[in-house]
Amino acid sequence: MAWPKPDELVQIDNTPPSGSWLEPSANYRKGAYCNSALPKSLDQVGMPNARNWKPSDADWKLPPDWKEIVLEGMRDRLERFRSFRLFMDICVRCGACADKCHFYIGSGDPKNMPVLRAELIRSVYRRYFTAAGKILGKLAGARDLTEDVLKEWFYYFYQCTECRRCSVFCPFGIDTAEITMIVRELLNLVGCNIHWVQEPVANCYRVGNHLGIQPHGFKDSIDFAVDEIEEMIGVRVEAPINKKGAEVLFVVPSADYFGSPHYYTLLGYLMLFHEVGLDYTFSAYASEGGNFGLFTSNEMMKRLNAKMYSEARRLGVKWILGGECGHMWRVVNQYMDTMNGPADFLQPPVSPVTGTAFDNARSTKMVHICEFTADLIRHGKLKLDPARNAHWNVTYHDSCNPARAMGMLEEPRYIIRNVCDRFHEMPENTIREQTFCCGSGSGIGTDENFEMRMRGGFPRANAVKYVKEKFGVNLLSCICAIDKATLPTLLEYWVPGVEVAGVHELLGNALVMSGEKERTTDLRGQPFAPQTEQAGA
Amino acid sequence: MPTFEANGTVYEVDEDGFLENPEIWNEAVAKDFAQSEDITDLTPDHWKVINYLRNYYLGFGIAPMVRKVCKETGFKLNEIYGLFPSGPAKGACKLAGLPKPTGCV
Repeated sequence: MAWPKPDELVQIDNTPPSGSWLEPSANYRKGAYCNSALPKSLDQVGMPNARNWKPSDADWKLPPDWKEIVLEGMRDRLERFRSFRLFMDICVRCGACADKCHFYIGSGDPKNMPVLRAELIRSVYRRYFTAAGKILGKLAGARDLTEDVLKEWFYYFYQCTECRRCSVFCPFGIDTAEITMIVRELLNLVGCNIHWVQEPVANCYRVGNHLGIQPHGFKDSIDFAVDEIEEMIGVRVEAPINKKGAEVLFVVPSADYFGSPHYYTLLGYLMLFHEVGLDYTFSAYASEGGNFGLFTSNEMMKRLNAKMYSEARRLGVKWILGGECGHMWRVVNQYMDTMNGPADFLQPPVSPVTGTAFDNARSTKMVHICEFTADLIRHGKLKLDPARNAHWNVTYHDSCNPARAMGMLEEPRYIIRNVCDRFHEMPENTIREQTFCCGSGSGIGTDENFEMRMRGGFPRANAVKYVKEKFGVNLLSCICAIDKATLPTLLEYWVPGVEVAGVHELLGNALVMSGEKERTTDLRGQPFAPQTEQAGA
Repeated sequence: MPTFEANGTVYEVDEDGFLENPEIWNEAVAKDFAQSEDITDLTPDHWKVINYLRNYYLGFGIAPMVRKVCKETGFKLNEIYGLFPSGPAKGACKLAGLPKPTGCV
């Protein structure tokens, strides 16, 4: 179908609706929601109420006792998770978060203010779990759980990407992503889930990665990358899979060996590891960094994450290195140790090249590729020629989870500054901890959700437009696979002429390898900028 | 279950219009589905991509890497978009009867 044009979409209506916010509302129109999960992908992981249905249907085919299931689910989680009860109780509705959400900025819909989105469940919490709400009802901001309320939850909690920008501004430190996680768990209890999350979950559980790539397919893709590097660079690198006794297990998002532009980042990793002689291995089962269980339930996240430590143990490695993946780092940095650890069979990570001990990863035993690479550069272990990136004028998008869930702010910038001569930051309230989401994270980066993605990504794109016009930026670099999949569409829509690349693609361009043949193109096969232009760039 | 009808044949498809049962694919299916992608005529170049995807899928149960499609067929990415306006992972896979890839892609 024909989607609205940018000049139409940018006419954002900020007039609040006339009715009470307690009245459930959800406008299931084309372009503003994701398709429902297929029965088979629920059955494959034993999740309830597998059926054919559509969010736009009047009848969602809920189980007859759906209301009891959801309320019992709430009660259970209020007891198990102190954070959930706290986040239901402590908000004073100060509104500091209200205009910080990219979906609110892009849609003007008040129910996308994080405070009001959270009130959609708090109102139900008050009605059934607080004395004031039970007695005073609406006067206390309480409302009954009805099917329309459930539909409203589904609509708005799949318009939150769990990016946690609002949480940066909350004086109480309420983690809005955790509220969204709980609501999505509750929706999952009655079979209300989306295809783009559920199929990757099922594929991960059965095969090890989102795409369902089996071991021979994985090997075929990695071998292809090795051949391409040899053709382009003249150096034969090794890329071992399931190699027992390697020092390091390397885990990447599966999109790195499937999609574009992700693939060029994969080339960068492989070249780097060869150049520093890293003894590492891929695993054909731990062949996915991403964990869409984070968008389903705690239990599913744990199940899907288990393969990392399990494969590390089976292969007998010392520690784990992780690639340019976004939400993986929230799972790894904040949950993995307590979910599936302690990984006391691994060793605290030490770079075999520089001897640097990564103390920050002492408990998880898992290091981010940007930490590893920045340390190599810092110790002068890499020969880099930034002129090979002279055709790029670069900015950096802090991918939400590496930035806000693990504080990965300096390392990517340090790498970029060492491999590119032209680097310009976007405005300070749109980067680092305050970075704006791509608008498509947490599993909602689907084709059918196009309008809402363009709305949600608008603040990010607007900041890119600023550096494009001011400094001539033509490349947005980032360290997340969802970014690499969805930002090209977003930028083509709002800021045509800016491309997207991983940080290790830029590193791969600049890396001078021993024994390389004369290089005339970057990893995409594009010719380097002529020497004269480089000097004046 | 949504359906797609072309030239008198009704196909079961998913919400994105991809063939629900990839195993029933044959060349007539590709011709029928070309309409849904606004492709009026399937040229030898189209078939080169479709047949490559189809054979890879039969061997590996999944679509090949985008970069690999380009290299093995000899078409640049923009040329593939010229043949299949919605791209290699969507339009081309749809005509070849492959399921739509999901995840961070």
